[in-house]
Amino acid sequence: MKITIEQLLQNTDNYKAGTKIELSGTIYTARDQAHKRLVELIQQKKQLPINLVNTCIYYCGPCPNSPTQIIGSCGPTTSSRMDVYTPEMLNNGVKILIGKGKRSPEVIKSIKENKAVYLLATGGIGALIAKKVKSFKLVAFEDLGPEAIYKIEVENFPLIVGIDSNGRKLL
Amino acid sequence: MRTIESEIIINKISDLCGEVNFNLPQDVVDAVKTYIKNDNSIADNILNEILENAKIAKQDKIPLCQDTGTANFFVKIGKDVKIVGDYDISTAINKGVSNGYTKHYLRKSIVCDPLARVNTKDNTPANIYCDYVDGDKIEITMLAKGGGSENASFLKMLTPLDGWNGVKNFVIESVKLKGANACPPIIAGLGIGGDFASVGLLAKKALLRSIGSNNKSKFYDDKEKELFDEINKLNIGPMGLGGVPTALAVFIETKPCHIASMPVAINIQCHSCRRKTIII
Repeated sequence: MKITIEQLLQNTDNYKAGTKIELSGTIYTARDQAHKRLVELIQQKKQLPINLVNTCIYYCGPCPNSPTQIIGSCGPTTSSRMDVYTPEMLNNGVKILIGKGKRSPEVIKSIKENKAVYLLATGGIGALIAKKVKSFKLVAFEDLGPEAIYKIEVENFPLIVGIDSNGRKLL
Repeated sequence: MRTIESEIIINKISDLCGEVNFNLPQDVVDAVKTYIKNDNSIADNILNEILENAKIAKQDKIPLCQDTGTANFFVKIGKDVKIVGDYDISTAINKGVSNGYTKHYLRKSIVCDPLARVNTKDNTPANIYCDYVDGDKIEITMLAKGGGSENASFLKMLTPLDGWNGVKNFVIESVKLKGANACPPIIAGLGIGGDFASVGLLAKKALLRSIGSNNKSKFYDDKEKELFDEINKLNIGPMGLGGVPTALAVFIETKPCHIASMPVAINIQCHSCRRKTIII
């Protein structure tokens, strides 16, 4: 099923665990160090470099792009490393998470409470996923290199609903 | 005595970094193909994505995976080779990694300190393991190893009376615990014996074998098949979403050990098993 981020946000309840989707829209990459910094900024009540409300966060540290490519290889990294920060991110408005692998019971509970959704991307197919990217731009934390926050426009990104807004899970 | 310029090593390693990250080895492609059923299952869908990804990566020179890994090198240096020029072999390999990861737009995934975590920006230092052998050549095998599968690996100091069942339980429990996070279908590299320091290296070296190759020992070849069957009964499946295969192969490397000890280590490799050997 082809859907946009906006359609998904309108009613996250419509997308049950196990549903295959092809997602289009704007997503932001953030992995370990970016999560640490964002949550520290939230706790210090400081300005964040991105608005988290209704945002889609993709656990990904892409390869740099060559002059002839929009983006380098850009598959998902293991989500569970972000588990400790995820409830805070969801409580501050993040609605869609993309990554690979299992999540903690705390994350599943928080996804349900916030009517959010966790989407699974296939790991190790970053060249294929790169073909679904239409634009790629650095947004924050440049010093982190691959761990910086990048804004990515995707078109028909192949995903499966891993944890739905009612807390049902695929793995 | 044959001489090799260190500059040649730098250039060969630089090229190798690109080749390893753009080309999925044929034995891995062939192994994945054997499980394609075209039944539109989630497992089948993922296996097809892996094959499609390999085609795109090769054709367009886009890394197979964004995690272009820690650069591991297993080096066999012939006793009749002398390296001449500006650099020793380790420095030459690291310069090749620095050049290669930059030139081929590969991700720089190494931080200078485990706690300070500042990126070194050229993917160095590499892990380099040297053995000294007969002959006048240098054989270098590169393994670009991702962090996700490395994090799913374990080491345990078993004791002699734990025996084969102890090893088997350790392997199965390790795969149950972390296999789903390691981008299955996995390859399990198992080291048994040696000591605390060497058993991890045994497990890593086990990953260099080609899928479909037999263990030189009939005894351990049977053990590999036994573990392969047990792991594939776990129904973890591609990307942990069920079905088959969970593992593409199990490889065992062993070493003599102390009368009181039986170290065991499992080094998990994701489906993107990126390795290649060159001879200089």
